[in-house]
Amino acid sequence: MTYTDEKLKDAVREYTLRLADDRMILSHRLSELCGHGPILEEDIATTNTALDLLGQAKLYYEKAAELTNENTSADDLVFFRNEREYTNVQLVEQDNGDFAFTTFRQLLFDVYDILLYSELINSKDEGLKAIAQKAIKETKYHLRHSHDWMLKLGGGTEESNRRLKDAVDWFWNYSGELFYSDEVDELLIKEGIAPDMSKKRDEYYKTVNKILVESELDEMDPEVWMHSGGRNGRHSEYLGHTLATMQYLPRSMPDAKW
Amino acid sequence: MVITEEKILEILENVSDPEIPYLSIADMGILRGAKLVGDVVVVTVTPTYSGCPAMYEIRKRIVEELKDNGVEKVKVETVLSPAWTTDWMNDKAKEKLKKSGIAPPGKTDEFSIENILNKTDSVACPFCDSDNTEMRAEFSATACKSLYFCNNCDQPFEHFKCH
Repeated sequence: MTYTDEKLKDAVREYTLRLADDRMILSHRLSELCGHGPILEEDIATTNTALDLLGQAKLYYEKAAELTNENTSADDLVFFRNEREYTNVQLVEQDNGDFAFTTFRQLLFDVYDILLYSELINSKDEGLKAIAQKAIKETKYHLRHSHDWMLKLGGGTEESNRRLKDAVDWFWNYSGELFYSDEVDELLIKEGIAPDMSKKRDEYYKTVNKILVESELDEMDPEVWMHSGGRNGRHSEYLGHTLATMQYLPRSMPDAKW
Repeated sequence: MVITEEKILEILENVSDPEIPYLSIADMGILRGAKLVGDVVVVTVTPTYSGCPAMYEIRKRIVEELKDNGVEKVKVETVLSPAWTTDWMNDKAKEKLKKSGIAPPGKTDEFSIENILNKTDSVACPFCDSDNTEMRAEFSATACKSLYFCNNCDQPFEHFKCH
């Protein structure tokens, strides 16, 4: 899809990059569990989820690269942007922690992703619409998987319940940023390109709280102070370390090829 | 030799899926079409999953198979829309899956958070046809399959997910 209005084009590029960065960083985090999953099935499940998210990120980066200029590739956007240029939410960059942490971080993202894609499949931008129609089917398995583990850990032993509770306490204040909105979102909502996620916030917290109760944990209050800044390039200490690992090879050998 | 679109599709019947070699990319619904644009054969494919690692290999196989049949100028295009679904898999393919011990996908159901959280597919065992089965893992050897266990014949088996 081509845009003649420069301001709109820049906004679509920025929005597409945010979608890409969220999925790229979460995918990288999950891929760190490759060979380190708690059991073989989970090793496979987390890396399969990582692969889906990486595939989605690639599609978004290719679109963002096209909207940047003809000399920019998807790889340039992934490997040659610094921490302050990454626009992912802080939730996805947080450390894997124990398996309860990995599970709850994923649940917070999966519920959001389903709600986002349920709307983005109607986007007036044909490219975003096509990616969303493809991705929504994959997100279904991610949510089933994280939901299943919420029930297993919450209803498991005293220790697994306590660890899940610790994860909820740690990640809760990172959930609000998923609903961050600025002039980029406002413009695209007006144009019918991006969904207005503020209208989905209630359903999001209702769903997450329902799952918390099912998992034998207390409901949480969404009206508390929340972290923010990721969308504007301000990140927690974890992102820099992640990028250092992720970008090391192409930065030290820029022409390296498989 | 004058190449026709029918002939191209016939040649492409020989291109197998790298992960399920007894199925062709046509059986799988990955092959979306082929047409002649001037003297160039344009083949259209769609990925099963966004991150499907087999796409590179599939594109390579298409070009090679057509070259072996004397078609030199080939262009493979990837489309995302409409999104791939297991509903495109033909009956022959589903039968072959079952014979090799993989429970074939059923019909896809309506998309809703409620359905996702509360419903699991009832899957018949490919070995003994019993419905007394349970899911052991949402993901299996490939992203497109999940792992089940049959309580009737005590066999683990894979299920090709409805997608």
